[in-house]
Amino acid sequence: MRTTGRFSWFYFSSPQSFYPLAGALQPWFAGLAAILCAVGLYISFLVAPTDAQQGEAYRIIFIHVPAAWMSMFLYLVMGFWSGVGLVLNTRLSSMVATALAPTGALFTFIALWTGALWGKPTWGTWWVWDARLTSELILLFLYIGFMALQAAIDDQRRSDKAGAVLALVGVINIPIIYFSVKWWSTLHQGASVSMTGAPTMAKTMLLGMLIMALGFWMYSIAATLARVRCVILERERQTDWVAAEIGRQS
Amino acid sequence: MIRALGWVLRRDLLLAFRRRGDVVNALVFFVIVVSLFPLGVGPEASQLRNMAPGVLWVAALLACMLSLARLFAPDHQDGTLEQMLLAGEPLVVLVLGKVISHWLMSGLPLVLMAPLLGLQFDLPADSLAVLCVSLLIGTPVLSLIGSVGAALTLGVRGSGVLVSLLVLPLYVPVLIFGAGSVVATANGTGAEAHLLLLGGFLALSLVLAPWATAAALRIAME
Repeated sequence: MRTTGRFSWFYFSSPQSFYPLAGALQPWFAGLAAILCAVGLYISFLVAPTDAQQGEAYRIIFIHVPAAWMSMFLYLVMGFWSGVGLVLNTRLSSMVATALAPTGALFTFIALWTGALWGKPTWGTWWVWDARLTSELILLFLYIGFMALQAAIDDQRRSDKAGAVLALVGVINIPIIYFSVKWWSTLHQGASVSMTGAPTMAKTMLLGMLIMALGFWMYSIAATLARVRCVILERERQTDWVAAEIGRQS
Repeated sequence: MIRALGWVLRRDLLLAFRRRGDVVNALVFFVIVVSLFPLGVGPEASQLRNMAPGVLWVAALLACMLSLARLFAPDHQDGTLEQMLLAGEPLVVLVLGKVISHWLMSGLPLVLMAPLLGLQFDLPADSLAVLCVSLLIGTPVLSLIGSVGAALTLGVRGSGVLVSLLVLPLYVPVLIFGAGSVVATANGTGAEAHLLLLGGFLALSLVLAPWATAAALRIAME
């Protein structure tokens, strides 16, 4: 796979060479995720000051907001790898997209669930039909649709490509989610973190949230790497190297 | 290309005309679903007037989705679809022809039927007009987006349920602005913004959906 003298970027696009790399990287990302989440939770629950208006209940946003970020970001990543798989016809890209979907759906669900838990004491209701809540729910449906479509098609190549087309169609939905806050003005408060304006949050709150987001990010990578290893073994089970790998492990 | 488009249109319309039952069934489904709501929530006119736009639009969504199964499946079974893929004409044009005929057979009847059902819900005349216009702009979007889902699930087991899982979330913006336009008319704020956004969805899906459908068909027929 190596071109003469130069390192080839496509070396790791083969499932066989990516499998050990993923195995080597996965514990590092898992460890980073554990450390970052521990530090983030320490800051958010013990260091960050109590919010003047919302009391202690606001602390759930340290999990809610990073989960919502990751849920949207992971769909974009999934769409990206689906597009790469569709254009370059690389099997590994499609496997990564398949492996990303459950983690994305998990974060979408966490965002919805924690949002409901936060809404009850703050707004006095579990659920409002607000634009962002609704589009987050639609995002969950999109993840479920992606996984259902891939599960329903037995032919591996077709399932990869059909899922890829669906993911790319769904990516159009992401901007609608993000800008829906501006389109419909409803109960939901505007974005709490703004890059341009002066920060309206206390520094420690922002720090806690960013560390939690990084921790979730690392967790996503670790979980995806672990899952993609399983997918590789499952799909390449007829090859010699997988037989050798399983023989070595057992 | 125009000739190919005309050929697909004529063929699909002729086939639909020979089997009129399918078209009528979808329309009757629409009427029944809409008529069930007053029975479920009670006959107060003010309440019905408030929920009419949403009920009519959701029913239109479901009726349109049910007829998606007929879009490619019969051609897939008798091998016509394979010939279309092999044909010299661009697949996108053939797909567009099929989508247009699907809309003429499933969307347009709904548009024509909607004012009658709106009267049952005691909608005033200006709301009825906006309802018709919004359905006229919105139902082609439903057919276009639906064609992607129909192509992706072609020949897959349990495709009927699966296509609704894929397509209904993508229908949400159309539903929001379609029903919203009627509500806005009733509130007196004017429906232009909603209708313009619906028109934007139509333009966007007209440009993107046939390509996605063609790609999905090629994947399905590999």
